[in-house]
Amino acid sequence: MTESQAPAKERQTSDEGAEAPPEQSTGGWRGRLGQGLQQLLAFGTLMALMLFFAVASPNFFTVSNLTSILLATAVIGILAVGTTFVIITGGIDLSIGTGMTLCSVVTGLLLTDMGLPLIVGVLGGIAFGALVGFINGFNVAVLGLPPFIATLAMMMVAQGLALVLSGVRPIYLSGVPGFQQIALGQLVPRIPNAVLILFALALVLGVVLTKTVLGRMTYAIGSNEEATRLSGINTRRWLLGIYALAGACTGLAGVVLASRLSSAQPQLGMGYELQAIAAVIIGGTSLLGGRGSILGTLIGALIMSVLINGLRIMAVQSEWQTVVVGIVVLVAVFADNLRKRRAEGGGRA
Amino acid sequence: MKHSRATFLAVAATAAFTLSACGGSSGELVEDPGAEAEAEGGSGGEEGGAEDGEYDIALVSKGFQHQFWQAVQSGAEEKAEELGVSVTFDGPASETEIDAQLQMLRSAIERGPDAIGFAALDPEACVPLYEEAEQAGIPVVEFDAGCDSEVPVNISKTDSMVAGALAAEHMAELIGGEGKVGVVAHSQINSTGVERRDGFVDKIEADYPDIEVVDIQYGDGDHLKSADIAKTMLAANSDMAGLYGTNEGSAIGIVNAVNELGMEPGEVTIIGFDSGQAQIDAINSGVMAGLITQDPQGIGRFTVESAVQVIEGEDVEEIIDTGSFWVDQSNIEDEEIQAMLYQ
Repeated sequence: MTESQAPAKERQTSDEGAEAPPEQSTGGWRGRLGQGLQQLLAFGTLMALMLFFAVASPNFFTVSNLTSILLATAVIGILAVGTTFVIITGGIDLSIGTGMTLCSVVTGLLLTDMGLPLIVGVLGGIAFGALVGFINGFNVAVLGLPPFIATLAMMMVAQGLALVLSGVRPIYLSGVPGFQQIALGQLVPRIPNAVLILFALALVLGVVLTKTVLGRMTYAIGSNEEATRLSGINTRRWLLGIYALAGACTGLAGVVLASRLSSAQPQLGMGYELQAIAAVIIGGTSLLGGRGSILGTLIGALIMSVLINGLRIMAVQSEWQTVVVGIVVLVAVFADNLRKRRAEGGGRA
Repeated sequence: MKHSRATFLAVAATAAFTLSACGGSSGELVEDPGAEAEAEGGSGGEEGGAEDGEYDIALVSKGFQHQFWQAVQSGAEEKAEELGVSVTFDGPASETEIDAQLQMLRSAIERGPDAIGFAALDPEACVPLYEEAEQAGIPVVEFDAGCDSEVPVNISKTDSMVAGALAAEHMAELIGGEGKVGVVAHSQINSTGVERRDGFVDKIEADYPDIEVVDIQYGDGDHLKSADIAKTMLAANSDMAGLYGTNEGSAIGIVNAVNELGMEPGEVTIIGFDSGQAQIDAINSGVMAGLITQDPQGIGRFTVESAVQVIEGEDVEEIIDTGSFWVDQSNIEDEEIQAMLYQ
């Protein structure tokens, strides 16, 4: 990040160019071939795990337990899907865990202290998340701070603010009619709405990532930010948008979390970001940027919940559950490295 | 809790009296209301002792976010005001931050107060700092959880083994002495998590041969994680008779799990721990059978009281059990119980 030139005015001119798609072909497409393979691998792993647990315990493959697994995936999944964009740009967002908590507190305050209508509380939480993401984007893209540090700082700010705004106590939302239905209502019989929200979000963002300019810019910036910028694209503006989009997902996760718990719990959230990032990595998105997919992330998040659920059903001790999940992340990163090395050997640009 | 302030003061005064008069360390509620009047006199006398310059007492707790610690703090501050001493109350942001807590203890020692009160997140890590405090001539009293050291004078805490056993007794009674039960615990490391679990499991194993503890899992007190754990336990054991959550987050996780699975209230007997609005609601609605509460304000009061006594060279009881109490629909409105619950 050596973008010390280009003050605000100059960027205006290059903006129009960015709207025209053919500008960029800097990369991103390159990874697509390997990506199908990685998704297949992840999907195969998921199936193998489910088969294993189904054989190991008669209580695993039941409608009720499978529903529990999906519901347990919802919050982490929503975070993971959003942060996939950031990771594909080669960035990282550590603020999504406590940011999520902050958004749930904001939603809680809007709905209880201010007594605003349900829809305002929900949209307010999501918008606040987008704002947090936008600030992250500003710090990364405009101020040029390394994403790790910028979002680490935001993680702490969000944690502190959640405590301050809530007065260090949970905000109970059981008195808000309809709020719990957001996550736990069942528009489709037997499937909690939180799961539908996750899948709908994944579908929409999957299309955004693969079929829109924003998606192409995400890959382009991750493949080679400098080259993308030199080809006349205002990478800063796109980064702002990408971080804000991830932030909005954080806000949505906060709303779903609060709905599921019927309360905003200000001390929760630390560590959720690492689980979400782990899901993204297991799903085959490269931490180095330029490669990744929403479908992969969704599968990655499911692998994590199936694994944890299955180990619990088999009454494996908590401490070993953590070890196993850690090993799975290691294997995923190793597989990614292996494939990348092979791709490089096979003649990279 | 507004309506219970007077009661609370009376109980505080009575407790203070019980302590100074007979070194009281009972797991029972202070049962003699007649002692109240004398108690006012008793604590009034102590106030005189502290008048010649305000004692400075530094309390370092395990946290400040959890309402439990806020209740401890309010109990400590009440007592401090009553005795005319000043207290500071500090604690790390979360109960895993052992290092941050040690830093706070170090700062407290450097400040040089008349006494330090400490609730150890880790029983070993605090040992060297205690020695520093001793060299600096600062007496240490402990609360809630202790450190493996000879330095501290005493500890005011809930006997968590007793509390866990109390939960087991009620669980056994409620499920008719037989069946499967599961434990959603909040920590396999810190002493409250370990003792509340062990007190429960030991009691079941010792006295109720027909009850089987089928699974123990740890949700870190995280509501969401605990809910998912409880759901897998119920999935793995369709005939589960009871679930026991060892702290607020664990217990609410169980309640949420049962609600999410659409089970009828009482289909599984749920026993919780500590307080909080959600648990109180769950008891009132019948989803939760009952909970074990401690007396956090009592812990704060006894800690400050012990510190003052130590400063003044008086003898103090080595272990003060501040008590644990069963709360269910039948007694949740009682004033003594209300004084120990927090929203």
